[in-house]
Amino acid sequence: MGGFFSDTFLTALLFGAVTAAIPLLLAGLGEQMSEKAGVLNIGIEGMMITGAYIGFVGAYYSGSFWIGFIAGAAGGMAVATLMALLCVRFGLNQIVIGIALTLGLEGLTALLHHFQFSRSYPRLPAAEVTPIPLLSDIPVLGPALFRHHLIVYLAVAMVGVMIWVYKRTQFGLNLQAAGDKPAALDVAGIDVIRTRTVAVLFTGGMAGIGGAYLANVGAGLFIPFITNGAGFLGIVLAMLARGRPVWVLVGALIFGGCLSMTTAAQVAGIRIPTDVIQMLPFLAVMAMLVLFGRRAGLPAALGIPYERGAR
Amino acid sequence: MSADAAPVRATAPDASAGKFGRRLAIALGPIIVSLVLAGCVLLAVGVNPLAYYGFVVERGLLSPLGLQQTLTRMAPLLFIAAGLIVAFRAGMWNLGGDGQFLLGAVAAAASAPLLVQTLPSWLALLLAFLIATVVAMVWSLVPALLRAYQGINEIITTLMMSFLGVSLANVLVKLAFLDPSTTVPQTRTLAVGDRLPRLFETTITSGLIFGLVAIVVVHLVMTRTAFGLKLRTVGANPRAAIHAGLNVPVLTVAVFAISAGLIGMGGAIDIIGIQGNVRADWNPAYGLAVIPVVFLARMNGFAAIGFVFLLSVLSIGGESAARRLGVPQHFTMVLISIVLITLAVAEYLGHRLNQARKV
Repeated sequence: MGGFFSDTFLTALLFGAVTAAIPLLLAGLGEQMSEKAGVLNIGIEGMMITGAYIGFVGAYYSGSFWIGFIAGAAGGMAVATLMALLCVRFGLNQIVIGIALTLGLEGLTALLHHFQFSRSYPRLPAAEVTPIPLLSDIPVLGPALFRHHLIVYLAVAMVGVMIWVYKRTQFGLNLQAAGDKPAALDVAGIDVIRTRTVAVLFTGGMAGIGGAYLANVGAGLFIPFITNGAGFLGIVLAMLARGRPVWVLVGALIFGGCLSMTTAAQVAGIRIPTDVIQMLPFLAVMAMLVLFGRRAGLPAALGIPYERGAR
Repeated sequence: MSADAAPVRATAPDASAGKFGRRLAIALGPIIVSLVLAGCVLLAVGVNPLAYYGFVVERGLLSPLGLQQTLTRMAPLLFIAAGLIVAFRAGMWNLGGDGQFLLGAVAAAASAPLLVQTLPSWLALLLAFLIATVVAMVWSLVPALLRAYQGINEIITTLMMSFLGVSLANVLVKLAFLDPSTTVPQTRTLAVGDRLPRLFETTITSGLIFGLVAIVVVHLVMTRTAFGLKLRTVGANPRAAIHAGLNVPVLTVAVFAISAGLIGMGGAIDIIGIQGNVRADWNPAYGLAVIPVVFLARMNGFAAIGFVFLLSVLSIGGESAARRLGVPQHFTMVLISIVLITLAVAEYLGHRLNQARKV
């Protein structure tokens, strides 16, 4: 046992926290856009697991992590297209369809995995890291925070992009209106359905990349049900962040830390059953919901399909 | 936000003579389409769909043993469906069924084998059943209070509590209620003779009767009583409910308690009637599988009985197929979700057709 507070242990803990936080960050940022536009995207878990599977297949057969991420994004967006068609265009109940998509895709990916990989359980090689010059030489923090795959820095940079989109672009304002008062947006001559569709597709793409990261970089392989509620955690993050991308990042790091502690505690040889440790992130979520949930300001038209002229 | 909780659009009343035929077409058409779509999935993985469906029907419905297993499987599922109907009709999305079910099951498995040692077996089973109910009710208190007094979306809280509950149930099995006499991590086993009696000369559990009673009572309470009307008012329009003088927070907590209690009863019935113990890491995930069924039945108790029967056939037949044909159980999940989506789309198209005709 290398001591619970040794440098290497601390580095591993922080490194794990970032690795666990990235899928949550991507899912949370994606979900945030859907929720802003008035679509409660329960299907995000299904988009993530699809991204994880397709992303793994893409990376495994091409040998390239980037192709894996693109494949994952495409998989997530394919599911999102279905969700947008059913829930935004047809106006079907978002919760019913979301649950159906999540259940169906969890089942489908497990089924495909069984026939394709269950005999061999192939693994991907470790992802190549891009150390950031100078910063990555800081003791403890450097290797933990600044030696990751390039996609990690891009994911964090997305926080800035999202802030810019929401605050400085016409599209950001449209999104806000689509969630708060869709009829007003319609009167202003902007297509509510199209705005919401774009938001749902974006969610799918982000969740898909998150899933692909979870499988390819986080685990190195696809396991059935690998997302294990990560998409739902993304929904919680988006709810608690109240439309602010920065808070999604903060929340993702907190939950990521909890997830990382669970593995670290096992590595350190603390004798607690894994089930106790697995409860930690969800306990953290409940605690945060109890403390801050009251202030989770959600858009007025969240979950309500838009139908022109309907009252 | 769950003000318009009706999951599917009600089709406009249609007084024409072909009403029954059209209804049948609306009900059967999408199911056939779903079977074809799911069959394509089977083809894609190299399984003959006709052989698979034939096997599932044979093992889940036609063979005497399979049919008895199917009817036995219905017992816990009916309780879960009853619990979900209460919640969904009252506009509360209780998606935490798995946690509530497992905690109820563990509570029953922990108490029943100890109670039978000192009490007459009927009293022991009754007590275990009640303990399971109360445990599940208590577990639902957190989301219920958060929803009632803080307005926190129950979809997320119940899901999170479900993940927690499943883990907690495992912890309890492995640490607190471990059977010291075996090396397998599981609770003490309730002897077959002490379990709920079986029906007549079959292997069907009498829990089936309790399940049927539970769902019919729930249906009647929700549709025929003042209490049911109050709950449905809360579900249809919470603001109107407040104006009507209803105590919405108290009713919200009551809905969660009843819903989770019924689901916990399902867990208890599964243990004291069928399984006899809880093994570590046992999670049949019935809760999630029943949600689409309740939607398909449009929250109607009688229709839910039919759909629960279908789900049981699929799941018993599917388990058999998993062993014999090597198609994992997950396929049942895929099939059910395809049915749910095609049915929702069919209703939408039917609704559009009706509107187009009227104009």
